[in-house]
Amino acid sequence: MSYKTDLPVMLQANPHAPEPFLGLKLWHILPIGLIAIFGPGLAFAQSTNEAQSPLSVLLDWAPLLLKGFAFNLIISFCAMALGTIIGGILGLGQISLLAVTRHSSWFVTQFFRNAPWLVLLFFAMFLLPFEMNIFGFKVPFPDWLKAIFGLSLPVMANVSEIVRGAVRSLPSGQWEAAESLAYTRLQTLWLIILPQCIKRMLPPWMNLYSILTMATVLASIVGVNEVMTLTGQALASEGGRPELLAPFYGFILLLFFIYCYPIARFTVWLEKKYAFIT
Amino acid sequence: MSWTPAEPMVSIKNVHKSFGDLHVLKGISLDVMKGDVICIIGPSGSGKSTLIRCVNALNDIQKGSIKVEGIEVNDPKLDKLQLRRKVGMVFQQYNLFPHRTALQNVMMAPVRVLKQDKSIAEETARALIKKVRLEGKEDAYPGELSGGQQQRVAIARSLAMQPDVILFDEVTAALDPETVGEVLETIKDLAEDGMTCILVTHEMGFAREVADHIYFTDRGIIVEHGPPETFFQNAKDSRTKEFLSQIL
Repeated sequence: MSYKTDLPVMLQANPHAPEPFLGLKLWHILPIGLIAIFGPGLAFAQSTNEAQSPLSVLLDWAPLLLKGFAFNLIISFCAMALGTIIGGILGLGQISLLAVTRHSSWFVTQFFRNAPWLVLLFFAMFLLPFEMNIFGFKVPFPDWLKAIFGLSLPVMANVSEIVRGAVRSLPSGQWEAAESLAYTRLQTLWLIILPQCIKRMLPPWMNLYSILTMATVLASIVGVNEVMTLTGQALASEGGRPELLAPFYGFILLLFFIYCYPIARFTVWLEKKYAFIT
Repeated sequence: MSWTPAEPMVSIKNVHKSFGDLHVLKGISLDVMKGDVICIIGPSGSGKSTLIRCVNALNDIQKGSIKVEGIEVNDPKLDKLQLRRKVGMVFQQYNLFPHRTALQNVMMAPVRVLKQDKSIAEETARALIKKVRLEGKEDAYPGELSGGQQQRVAIARSLAMQPDVILFDEVTAALDPETVGEVLETIKDLAEDGMTCILVTHEMGFAREVADHIYFTDRGIIVEHGPPETFFQNAKDSRTKEFLSQIL
């Protein structure tokens, strides 16, 4: 059987020869990287100037920028973890038998799913206190923590939808078979439904993670010391030389590309791998 | 409520069921004694499947009474789990759990629901898989089995809960013709062991062979019923005759 379709889940997959998940080859990155970083540098080198070449300036700043990028990744991990936990609960709330839970979970999900990420981030930044009183201890609440919280809100809403969609996508016969074997609803969910949902949820979940990682630079707007903020500061301290813009921002683009592209490839590979297991 | 084997194990009285405006069951009554094998036949859409799904409360009923060993199914306070431990069910689409092996499919419910010891449940499960003639397929996933094999695993899974009655909902309708026989054979074994069975089926030859009693339903009512010999040879109602002439 082969279907004429553009839905990845409908595509025929060969279980014996799954495509290697990294269709990525070094030369994929090289042209882009070369153009972004060396291009302006070379152009600059050809013009006579006693100032330091853009490339060596970039190399000087690279360790700091990499630290900033690592901070972006930390923010993405934490926001993803927080969003996944709360979103998972919210998603299960959406399939609750209790109408109150179901409707309120639906509302919260839809509200945050249809809100711009930046606005949510601003809300978290300016509505959360800078420190909190927990059991008499003053716990500081720094900007980056607020950013994590702010970014976890849209993640939560999207995870909630992923969970609901995955549960709904299972044939009703699975529920009926479990019910007729006298499983409780909780057992049915935990033993029968959710284990089958995991592989359906994984590709969209990873896709979401990729989007979140790229959205972490939004935190620069609210003053978190992540890679974009640091780049801006580095450029400023170099006197705002215009020929530095392309190498610096090109470098950041490259970092995100190197990190996110394999995730995208892996997602495609997972989708193909699971397409033939029903 | 106490129930004795002298009373019907499943007693269906004047059951009405609607899906919205669609009146599917219009007053059905039938009794099943312990050890009986009854077949419900009839044209598609006559409410056969709906009827047996009401017996284990997968569907609720609007009017009438269904009692399984004295447990009233049409009761808002019904303990569905208690009912479903007594009533097994096998589906047209098998509905095995695809992420678990055949053995796990069979032993999961006894371990999780009946809280049986794992080693005992596994022993029972292996014996049941052998009984449905699938020895050697214990570790196969449902996706690796043929339709007939999956359906036999589903029968074993249902048996593992030690039900008092099993409902079979057109269990051969989705199968390839060459695997229908092996599933029917398995059901026949059960019937001979004295298991109480309620079957919805289109397999007339099979119904004739194993059923103690045959019910013919059409448009939500029981048109005619009787033991297979009289039912198949001396059908009285014109609708029954027409149906049988089309099928046989």
